Amino acid sequence: MRFIFHFGQYVLFLNRVFSRPEKFSVFLKQVIKEAESLGIKSIGIVSIISVFMGAVITLQTAYNMDLAFIPKYTIGLAARESVLLEFSSTIVGLILAGKVGSNIASEIGSMRVTEQIDAIEIMGINSCSYLVLPKILGLVIMIPFITIISMGIGIMGGWIAGNISGEVLSADYIYGIRFAFNPFYIIYALIKSVVFAFLISSISAYQGYHVKGGSLEVGIASTRAVVVSSIQILLFNLLLTQLLLA
Amino acid sequence: MIEVKNINKAFHGNQILFDVSAKFETGQTNLIIGQSGHGKTVLLKSIVGLHQIDSGQIVYGDEVFSEIPFSEQKTIRKKIGMLFQGSALFDSQTVEENVRFPLDMFSNKSSEEKLDRVNFCLNRVNLENVNKLYPSEISGGMQKRVAIARAIALNPKYLFCDEPNSGLDPKTAIVIDNLIYEITKEYGITTIINTHDMNSVMGIGEKIIYIFEGKKLWEGNKDEILTATEQQLNDFVFASELFKRIKSFS
Repeated sequence: MRFIFHFGQYVLFLNRVFSRPEKFSVFLKQVIKEAESLGIKSIGIVSIISVFMGAVITLQTAYNMDLAFIPKYTIGLAARESVLLEFSSTIVGLILAGKVGSNIASEIGSMRVTEQIDAIEIMGINSCSYLVLPKILGLVIMIPFITIISMGIGIMGGWIAGNISGEVLSADYIYGIRFAFNPFYIIYALIKSVVFAFLISSISAYQGYHVKGGSLEVGIASTRAVVVSSIQILLFNLLLTQLLLA
Repeated sequence: MIEVKNINKAFHGNQILFDVSAKFETGQTNLIIGQSGHGKTVLLKSIVGLHQIDSGQIVYGDEVFSEIPFSEQKTIRKKIGMLFQGSALFDSQTVEENVRFPLDMFSNKSSEEKLDRVNFCLNRVNLENVNKLYPSEISGGMQKRVAIARAIALNPKYLFCDEPNSGLDPKTAIVIDNLIYEITKEYGITTIINTHDMNSVMGIGEKIIYIFEGKKLWEGNKDEILTATEQQLNDFVFASELFKRIKSFS
C-alpha cells in the first residue's frame, strides 16, 4: 500500500514539476546553475573513480586471463566492454545517486523544513517546477558528457595500469580497445545514463520535497533518496539492457 | 479587508480549527493571539492558502480566495507578502538576491530599476551595506528585516507575519513590531500577525482575536484586552509575572 501511495504521489509530483516555468529567463539561469552544480562539479569524483576502476578492471582481467592461448589484446577488449557497457553508465549512476541524490534531497528538504518552499508558494510560484525542473534538466543535459568523460578516463586508466604493471603492452591494449568495436554500445550507455539521471534527480527531489519535521527527517530523506534511486537504477538497468541489447 | 467565514480545518481526523470567523481591517495591524498549539499558525496558513480548509470561506476584498483553484490564485498571491517565523530567506542567495527574487519573478523592470527597488526596500527596513552578505552571515533581527524587505518588494496589499518576534531579544522585537506597524500605515496594508508576545499585543494590537483550542474566544483591541472578563484570555494575558504585577497595580 505504501508503494502505491508513494508512486501515486510521485506521479502527481512530476505532473507539477513538468508545468510551464513562471519566467523563462529565470528558468534558463536556474538550469545553467544546476548543470554546473550537479554536473560539472561531479566530473572530479567521476574522473577519479573512473581512472581507478579502469585500472582495476584491466589488472583483474589480466590476472584472470593469464593463459597462453588467450591473446593479450583481449584484456583491452574486456576493459573496453566493461567500461562502456556497465561502468560508465550504471556504476557512475550509482555514484551520482550518492553524491547528487543526497545533495538534492537535503537541499530541498532543508528548504521545506525552514519554510522556504512555503515562501515560494505564497508568492504564487509553482515551487515544484521552480526548484525541481532545473535540477532534472541540468543533470539530464550534463550526464552524457560525464558518461563520455568517464568512458575515456576509465579506458585510459586501464592503459596506464597495464603499462605500469607490465601485464599488457601498450600496442596490445590499444589493439584490444579498437577490436570489434560496436558504436551502439556508446548509444546504449548514453540512453541508460539519461534515464538514470532522470531517476536520481526526480526521486531525490520527491524525497526532499515531502519531508515533514526537522533536520533529522532531512537526513532520513537524504538516505532514502540514495537507497531508492540506487534500487531504481539497478531495476531500470535490467529493463533497459533487455530492451536495448536483446 | 480580509474576512474568514466559519472556517474548519482538521488534520487526519484531528480537528484544529472550529468554525472560526473574523474580519481583518485594511490599514491596521490585526493580531491573532493564543497559546502555542492552539491553531494560530494553522489559521494563518489557511488564510494564505498553504492549507486547504475543510469548510468555510476566505475572502480577500470581494474575491472568495478559498474557492479559486491554485493555478488561478496568482493575481491575489502577487499582492501577498509574508514574514515567516524563521525568516525563510533563501540560504543560497545573498540578501540582495533574496529581496530581488519577487521582482525577478513578477516584474519586467530593468536590472537597474530592480536594484533601486531592492535598495529602497532595504533602506526602508534600516539595513545598509548588507547586499552581498548571505543570510547565515547576518543576525536573526537583520534576517527578519530582510524578510520584511522581501515581503514589501512588490508593494503588497496584504502582509502576513507568523511569530515575527520569535527568537529575538525584547529590544529588537520592538524594532520589528514598529517596522511592521509603520509599513502597514505607510502603504495602507491589511496586516495579520500571529503572536503570543504580550509586548507586541500592547504595542501594535489595533485589532486582536484570541484563539483558544481552535476556537475564536474573544475579539477586541489592546485597550480592551486588559479589562476582558474571559477566564482563558486572562490566564493567557496575565501569565507572566510582569503582567500579573501590572494588573495588581491597576
